[in-house]
Amino acid sequence: MAGQGTTTAPQESGREMQARTEPARRRVIGPGLRTFLIFAVLVGLGALIFPSSYFYRVGTLVWINTLAVTGIVVLLGYVGLVSLGHAGFFAIGAYATAILPNYGIPSPLAMLAGVALAGLLALAVGRPILKLSGYYLAIATLGLGMLIWMVLSKEAWLTGGPDGMVVSGMNARNLFKMVGLKLKSAEAWYWVAGFAAAIGAAIAVNLAGSPSGRALRAIHDSDVAARSLGVDVAKAKSRAFVISALYAAVAGALLALANGYITPETGGFMHSVEMVTMAVLGGASSVFGALVGALILTALPQVLTVFADYEHMVLGGIMVLTMIAMRRGLVPFIVDLWNRRKS
Amino acid sequence: MSLDIDGIGIAFGGIKAVDDVSFTARPGEVTSIIGPNGAGKTTLFNLVSGVYRASAGRVRIDGQDVTGLPGHALARRGMARTFQNLQVFPQMSALDNVMTGCHMQEKSNLLADLLGLASAHRETARSRDAAMAALQRAGLAELAHRPASEMSYGQLKRLEIARALVTGCTILLLDEPAAGCNAVETREVDDLIHAIAAEGKTVVLIEHDMRMVMRISSHIVVLDQGRKIAEGGPEEIRNNPHVIAAYLGAHGAAEAEAAAHV
Repeated sequence: MAGQGTTTAPQESGREMQARTEPARRRVIGPGLRTFLIFAVLVGLGALIFPSSYFYRVGTLVWINTLAVTGIVVLLGYVGLVSLGHAGFFAIGAYATAILPNYGIPSPLAMLAGVALAGLLALAVGRPILKLSGYYLAIATLGLGMLIWMVLSKEAWLTGGPDGMVVSGMNARNLFKMVGLKLKSAEAWYWVAGFAAAIGAAIAVNLAGSPSGRALRAIHDSDVAARSLGVDVAKAKSRAFVISALYAAVAGALLALANGYITPETGGFMHSVEMVTMAVLGGASSVFGALVGALILTALPQVLTVFADYEHMVLGGIMVLTMIAMRRGLVPFIVDLWNRRKS
Repeated sequence: MSLDIDGIGIAFGGIKAVDDVSFTARPGEVTSIIGPNGAGKTTLFNLVSGVYRASAGRVRIDGQDVTGLPGHALARRGMARTFQNLQVFPQMSALDNVMTGCHMQEKSNLLADLLGLASAHRETARSRDAAMAALQRAGLAELAHRPASEMSYGQLKRLEIARALVTGCTILLLDEPAAGCNAVETREVDDLIHAIAAEGKTVVLIEHDMRMVMRISSHIVVLDQGRKIAEGGPEEIRNNPHVIAAYLGAHGAAEAEAAAHV
């Protein structure tokens, strides 16, 4: 039940109250555009400091993961629903992009088809399984992810089985060539992935401050109250589930193209867990949490290869400490610190 | 719109929490439900507002049968409520809490919301204005940008009233709105409820503060152990021996008496 622990208001100094009650500053650019611009600057900053293609490849992964995790933020951070099966949607996007070009369908259309398929699947399974909540929903989505993973690893004639498959088709270089820019393949995919993550973040931020977003956040805190205000809770949850599946599928399609190779593990349980972990580590309530979580859990393993044998221990240790010391995730923790220092 | 409750009941594991309760709440009036703890008052609200499904009886709004409709469908027919155990959105600011109440009036579609189109901003701006006005009315305007999690119990009670009001409801169910309020705040809530009823809304009130109940109710329904034991005007209820025995007791009767002379 919501509303517990809210019975007493801590006494605050007058100045603090003053600051709080001031209306939000009028801004010339909306929050969505602002988020897009911040992401764009970060993408550009990366490009400025990266010394080699290797860095661009890791950077590309960071942005693709950020995009997928932004979908988790919408589902987990906004509505409060846990999915342990989103790697399944990710893999549907990836495999459609890999498979369909073999049947003469151009890559962009294949991507679109994969994303649409993931959305339709989410729509179809969303209604029944979203009646569940908490652990039960986590287990049901886990089962869904497992099913998708099994199909991908068993239907070798279509998917190449456990060995995975080569993705042929579009290269982002050609996109940039059209406008006269000569980029290396790794650089081109970095820009495309960064652009996709920026658009995804802007959309998620727009949603948060919109009528639909308020309804979703209301469900997070109290679905009984949301319903009493006329929110069709089942429909709203289903929409959020579909939106987050679309994010995962777009990210999967981009990964397939950028890597040129995919395996069923993109749809595996561990990948689902990884996505949720990134969201929780960074802070599931904001797109910047998605970025920070994706950045840390993508980049750190690359850094930690130096420690080879201890890599998992160090990662696990960081996770445990984060959850003990800052339960809402890194970004909200830092924002709180910042606000406290200012006042 | 008038709210007709006709023989409604529900049993939990063989225990009849609400049993064959009937009454009518009329527009422009405050109808109060009173009774000892565990009498089934909140359960009755949950039945009427679609949180629980009634195992017997009917609920009608202006003669139309709405029994068994889900909560959001009832909200669309003009029913709003507050909660005894507080169902605020603690992660949101007070303003956002109330803005959520504008959900049914907001006309933008999901695509416009995702893309941040002008229509989404326009709806949000309109909801903000309506929510600010409701906060003002509930005496919470200066707390608008505070997180709800930092507000006091009495403030949250009023926040829920503001949130229910902006839905544009015609029937308002208030579950202990004055709980946790001091004497001054209680008086304010009292005036607010009075004003809401005066606008022609149908107000149904659960309240333990007998002074308040006697002062603002046109009609009182008394529950005990899930059953209706009395019904009538304040005067009638105050002097009803069953009610005094089951609920008011000597002290309550004295309070109610005192209220009659305020």
